[in-house]
Amino acid sequence: MRIDATDRAIIAATQAGLPLVAEPYAALAADLGVSEDALRQRLAAMQASGIIRRIAVAPNHYALGMTANGMSVWDVEDARIADLGPRVGLLDFVSHCYERPRALPDWPYNLFAMIHGTSRDEVEKQRACIRALLGASCRGDDILYSTRILKKTGLRLRAKEG
Amino acid sequence: MNLDATDRAILNRLQEGFPIAPAPFAAVAGELGIAQDDLIARLGRMRDERIITRFGPFFDAEAMGGAFCLCAMAVPEEDFEAVAAEVNARPEVAHNYARDHRLNMWFVLATESDGEIAAVADAIEDATGCKVLRFPKLSEFFIGFRVAA
Repeated sequence: MRIDATDRAIIAATQAGLPLVAEPYAALAADLGVSEDALRQRLAAMQASGIIRRIAVAPNHYALGMTANGMSVWDVEDARIADLGPRVGLLDFVSHCYERPRALPDWPYNLFAMIHGTSRDEVEKQRACIRALLGASCRGDDILYSTRILKKTGLRLRAKEG
Repeated sequence: MNLDATDRAILNRLQEGFPIAPAPFAAVAGELGIAQDDLIARLGRMRDERIITRFGPFFDAEAMGGAFCLCAMAVPEEDFEAVAAEVNARPEVAHNYARDHRLNMWFVLATESDGEIAAVADAIEDATGCKVLRFPKLSEFFIGFRVAA
């Protein structure tokens, strides 16, 4: 689904978050010059089509003590990944889980799972859980801890109409 | 930072989603058994104290069109800062992390099309002399991650 100029205006207007007032959609609609009903219908449509994953709070992991973050990577048998990938994704300490191509010979891993804990010890225990779940279908694994954020930008909107 | 039981209940509840309704805070406050004004005041405080990174719609950039690719490079330690500057200067680089591995720089490219991904990755290889390994997403095993507050 492509988005139009109104959707783009809504995305831009909510980048900083929803206004903390009793009727946030009415306030946003007034800023955008549309009716509140129309705005809510747009938001509901974008949510139904998956453009909005959800409207929610994102807590600061670090403020809640989740200071250890690792990208765990796994070499899973191709025939088993469609079955095992969703089971890894369901683990409550996994925030993102993707199948990606290997880059042989440099990189044998095809399953990526971001895991989060309060310490590296906890993250290593989580990694052991994934290893147990994958069992003999996994031929090797590694974990890459982030040491520094070099760049992080928000959602960049293209000027062009969709 | 001080979070009481009500703050934690708010964080847990609002990670699940927020209604698209005329008076959404009143609805959530009712569920939690607190006053709407208290809910709004606590959210404001947690946002000011950066316990909340963001409160609002989360957009899936891919659902809106465009191409994305995770990329990695093995950058010699002595060149790391110069290469980071070169990579970060490109507007197509959405984020970039240093990681403790032989492949020590990991970044995401975001462009209008797959063809542009290849062009930008090739340009970064030319400019830095480092091979850019490309890991486009094949499948997403998506879950709604929740932090227990």
